[in-house]
Amino acid sequence: MSAIYIAESLIMQNMKAESKEDVLNQMAQNLYDQGFVKKSYIQAVIDREHIHATGLPTKGPSVAIPHTDKEHVHRKTLSLGILEQPVDFGVMGEAEATTPVEVVFMLAMDSEDSQLSLLQELMAIFQDEEKLNFFNSEPSKVKLVEALNTYLQGDDS
Amino acid sequence: MAKQVLVACGTGIATSTVVNDAIETMCKENNIDANVIQCKVSDIPSYEETADLLVTTTIVKKDYPFPVITARSFLTGMGLDETKQEILDALKK
Repeated sequence: MSAIYIAESLIMQNMKAESKEDVLNQMAQNLYDQGFVKKSYIQAVIDREHIHATGLPTKGPSVAIPHTDKEHVHRKTLSLGILEQPVDFGVMGEAEATTPVEVVFMLAMDSEDSQLSLLQELMAIFQDEEKLNFFNSEPSKVKLVEALNTYLQGDDS
Repeated sequence: MAKQVLVACGTGIATSTVVNDAIETMCKENNIDANVIQCKVSDIPSYEETADLLVTTTIVKKDYPFPVITARSFLTGMGLDETKQEILDALKK
């Protein structure tokens, strides 16, 4: 299977957002504008975040991994959002707790297998404070895309 | 008798698979005879009579007759040792 394709146009830096819905809407709308997902993805990813929160506190900046079902996806990819100011997301597996998220990895996956392998590769990043700080502070889109391509093979095999 | 461990996430696919593998390895290392079952949150009620433990990455109603442990630490590494100990303690009972 092909490796995941990450476009520079999917790297959103200095994002200004009022709420998690605002973050999700901006990132999902961009994925739709670039032709990676169907229009239905936008509402689906917001709805899913309400039911199954994806915020994750880490040793470095908190992250979120919003995603939804494969039927909303045209071409598998990942969008990276770096927030100018942290935005509260619900913590995965908690009913009430929130965490101030600074880095958002929005997943658009077209199969369960690719979602799983990508998640395992992302976990390696989440457990590495240095890597997370790099994503949160690196100004160059080219370097960010390079790093994502190095860490994320997105391979189904 | 083998302990029945449920591992559940919202879709029964991504996060639970990661946790599933980790728990199977953990049980082998600690010589615990466990049958690890990966399922969706919506499938949990059908195991209510038989399960010994539920490990989950999402929110579930907490009034099951078995312990419920949150597995977020398997994803982030934060507090992972504590979570593993909690699981071992629950299975050694």
